[in-house]
Amino acid sequence: MAKQYETVIGLEVHVELATKTKIFCGCSTAFGGAPNTHTCPVCTGMPGSLPVLNKQVLQYAVAVGLATNCTITQYCKFDRKNYFYPDNPQNYQISQLYLPICRNGHVEIETSEGKKSVGIHEIHMEEDAGKLIHDEWEDCSLVDYNRSGVPLIEIVSEPDMRSAEEVIAYLEKLRMLIQYLGASDCKLNEGSMRADVNLSVREVGADAFGTRTEMKNLNSFRAITHAIEGERERQIELLESGQQVTQETRRWDDAKEYSYAMRSKEDAQDYRYFPDPDLTPVYISDEWLQEIRGSQPEFREEKMARYKKEYDIPDYDIGIITDSKHLADLFEETVAICGQPKKVSNWLMGETLRLLKEKNMDPGEICFSPEHLAKLIGLVDSKAVNSTVAKEVFEVMFAEDIDPESYVEEKGLKTVHDEGALRKTVEEVIAANPQSVEDYHNGKEKAIGFLVGQTMKAMKGKAEPGMVNKVLKELL
Amino acid sequence: MDILSYSAVELSAAVKEGKVTAVEAMEAVLSRIDERESDINAYVTIDREQALKAAAAVQEKIEKGELTGPLAGVPVAVKDNLCTEGMRTTCSSKILENFVPTYSAEAVLNLEKAGAVMVGKTNMDEFAMGSTTETSAYGVTRNPWNTDHVPGGSSGGSAAAVAAGECFFALGSDTGGSIRQPASFCGVVGLKPTYGTVSRYGLVAYGSSLDQIGPLTKNVADCAAVLETIASYDRKDSTSINRKKEKKDTDFTTALVEDVKGMKIGIPKDYLGEGLDSEVKNAVLAAAELLAAKGAVVEEFDLSLVAYAIPTYYTIAAAEASSNLERFDGIKYGYRTEKFEGLHDLYKKTRSEGFGAEVKRRIMLGSFVLSSGYYDAYYLKALKVKAMIKKAFDDAFAKYDLILGPVAPTTAPKLGDSLQDPLKMYLGDIYTIAVNLAGLPAISLPCGTDSKGLPIGLQLIADSFQEKKLIQAAYTYEQNKTKCVE
Repeated sequence: MAKQYETVIGLEVHVELATKTKIFCGCSTAFGGAPNTHTCPVCTGMPGSLPVLNKQVLQYAVAVGLATNCTITQYCKFDRKNYFYPDNPQNYQISQLYLPICRNGHVEIETSEGKKSVGIHEIHMEEDAGKLIHDEWEDCSLVDYNRSGVPLIEIVSEPDMRSAEEVIAYLEKLRMLIQYLGASDCKLNEGSMRADVNLSVREVGADAFGTRTEMKNLNSFRAITHAIEGERERQIELLESGQQVTQETRRWDDAKEYSYAMRSKEDAQDYRYFPDPDLTPVYISDEWLQEIRGSQPEFREEKMARYKKEYDIPDYDIGIITDSKHLADLFEETVAICGQPKKVSNWLMGETLRLLKEKNMDPGEICFSPEHLAKLIGLVDSKAVNSTVAKEVFEVMFAEDIDPESYVEEKGLKTVHDEGALRKTVEEVIAANPQSVEDYHNGKEKAIGFLVGQTMKAMKGKAEPGMVNKVLKELL
Repeated sequence: MDILSYSAVELSAAVKEGKVTAVEAMEAVLSRIDERESDINAYVTIDREQALKAAAAVQEKIEKGELTGPLAGVPVAVKDNLCTEGMRTTCSSKILENFVPTYSAEAVLNLEKAGAVMVGKTNMDEFAMGSTTETSAYGVTRNPWNTDHVPGGSSGGSAAAVAAGECFFALGSDTGGSIRQPASFCGVVGLKPTYGTVSRYGLVAYGSSLDQIGPLTKNVADCAAVLETIASYDRKDSTSINRKKEKKDTDFTTALVEDVKGMKIGIPKDYLGEGLDSEVKNAVLAAAELLAAKGAVVEEFDLSLVAYAIPTYYTIAAAEASSNLERFDGIKYGYRTEKFEGLHDLYKKTRSEGFGAEVKRRIMLGSFVLSSGYYDAYYLKALKVKAMIKKAFDDAFAKYDLILGPVAPTTAPKLGDSLQDPLKMYLGDIYTIAVNLAGLPAISLPCGTDSKGLPIGLQLIADSFQEKKLIQAAYTYEQNKTKCVE
């Protein structure tokens, strides 16, 4: 019988923190911007410049550490990681090796196999590098230091995961926690969350780990899943054919769906880490730690429990709304105004999610205000607009955050409640469609649907379908 | 009175009294430069036009009463490892031959605000690595007392410029004695402040945990005035100390008092042992006697750490330097090799051609002590010894107000003698280096000349933040020495 193999996976996750300024200088972290415009002597490595730590970075790192049950290193230091590359203006990266900010944490994940704890070895703070752009036309490389010095945390897990499913569950859990903290938007496709996968295989029951490889350039959950499956197969094949797995770094090619070796362990550089003498050790007082602990937000599990108690909405809705802190905040704020949880939930679960998906957007990008959603719900409740019109208004609101009340007024979208006007239109419709009228009288009930449609069309959608039905039946 | 015979503080007073203008002072300095610079080569860069223009602007502000400080209108020379906006900053290295900073060092800005006027940038050992100013890519600087001899280093250009009257005072930087030793060799006053007192922002780093900027001046009063001007808390430098907040005063000029009565001064026996030139030893002991005669209590004691200071220093400074100098790669600024194939070749050729031998030696040494497998044995151990050295000084300062000793084992050596034997040159730092490792302030001041007519330096060391004690004792010595020594 063929040997059974177990996959052993550990993750190194880089998360870009959502600070307004860089980790060691006052330059903006805003995305985009003309090359080298968000720069200063510090983040371009000018001679004589010195780094000064951004306190917000420290606070976010501690908050993430607390959310992942880590021990906070109250006396921590920054170290220099020395290597030459043009995107790295000082030719060393300021990072943490000896005393990282957080250690020994864990998060709970849930998969089809059940619940499980994944250990976190450490979380450290570091600076991002710039970006190299190769100009094929001029045959030269250019460097943009706008990203240089953008703050990152690297979350290093223990090798506790055994499948792609667990890896995705772990990443989703991290993303959820960090988004709830507001510490990052965690977008894999934009690089604000990056995961490197360390993977090895061993025979089921073996104690020792196999030789591992590290996989880089994984920009989506799909890529991560495929890379894990591919690498497991590749390693098993090597072992089955009597070969050895080489400890190396591999790069995933998403288009070709395979990975290739970048560098082996033998080529590994000696980074000559040592404490950065330009930065004084960081001391986190008990008081400050308490303060951060005290201002941790309500995380998803607590929120779900509270929603179950406070709002009369189905568990399914709760699950989807609390999946994003933005959605949950929007929900709570709108309910606070209009007091109708189920209706708010319906708008979020229905139209909002539909449009987000259609436009390939994140809940974080929702621009309409809770006030406006509450007003729209009010318009429907008071029958000022019918549901079809409401959906049209919502679409405009979703795109531009218009005030639905004044919009409906301006565009003349209010439902006509004047039965006289309706009666007149219905008469016209009946007169214009003798065939349908005949069909109806011949027992074709469906024909009335067509007549309702024609009436609504003539009323430019501003009629109440129930009333149209009633009047039609009367006149027929 | 000859303008050049004024001290910096005297000159500023004379300008304010209308006896002389800032422009005349600058012209006097520039004509002295015309006379002597071809022999001495104290400067790497001089911008005459800019210097005269700046002097005229300062003169106007002094006349309007907008500049009243003790250095207003005074020509200053700045070591070429301090960034100066718009004026090239080479660190005396080929690799920065065309580097013009976009900003000025905080210490330079503090001087500008006070109305001091920059003459130019002074020569130094390349990246401040050396004790003779012979490792500069822009030629050696010669000692104004005898041009066959070196001015010391690494702030040799600054010391020589002050000694030759090519400026009224200068800024230097001191990582292992680079202000005090050239001050001693050139017969001027040099002070290395407590680590964290002067912002390092804009100082091109050599050994970041040891570097401090400080003054080189004609006398102790100037030294106190310059230190008071350049000392500042700077949020751009994480190692900068807010002395005012911590009640470690910076009103250094108030310490210009002739009084050492009851002051306890210790002379480490290790500082008088083997290797110390007898003429230097006699001059230093005579200075100690003078202070004793003025009421100080002077005694010898055991500091017993000298043997460890040099290897500790060369491990830590080289380690930091190897990392600090990585940014000089030919990509962003400075020198780039002409022909190269690919990135690795660009790095290799640029750095091989751009750095001199002493810099390469220290980069190699530093890279070695930080490399995997050696880090614990060398770098980490050096950090532990550094802490022990600090502890030894703490113990000494529990007993003494000041420590007194020589600055260097000899007076200025002849040009060319030192570079042949780098190890011997490193040993020349023996009395200055421990001060940097412990982060302490220390002053070097002239205490006579040897039989060759070369200046001898006296070193006083104080506990952290006790610069005022240094200045008071140095001032007392200076005011009384002519009567006794010469």
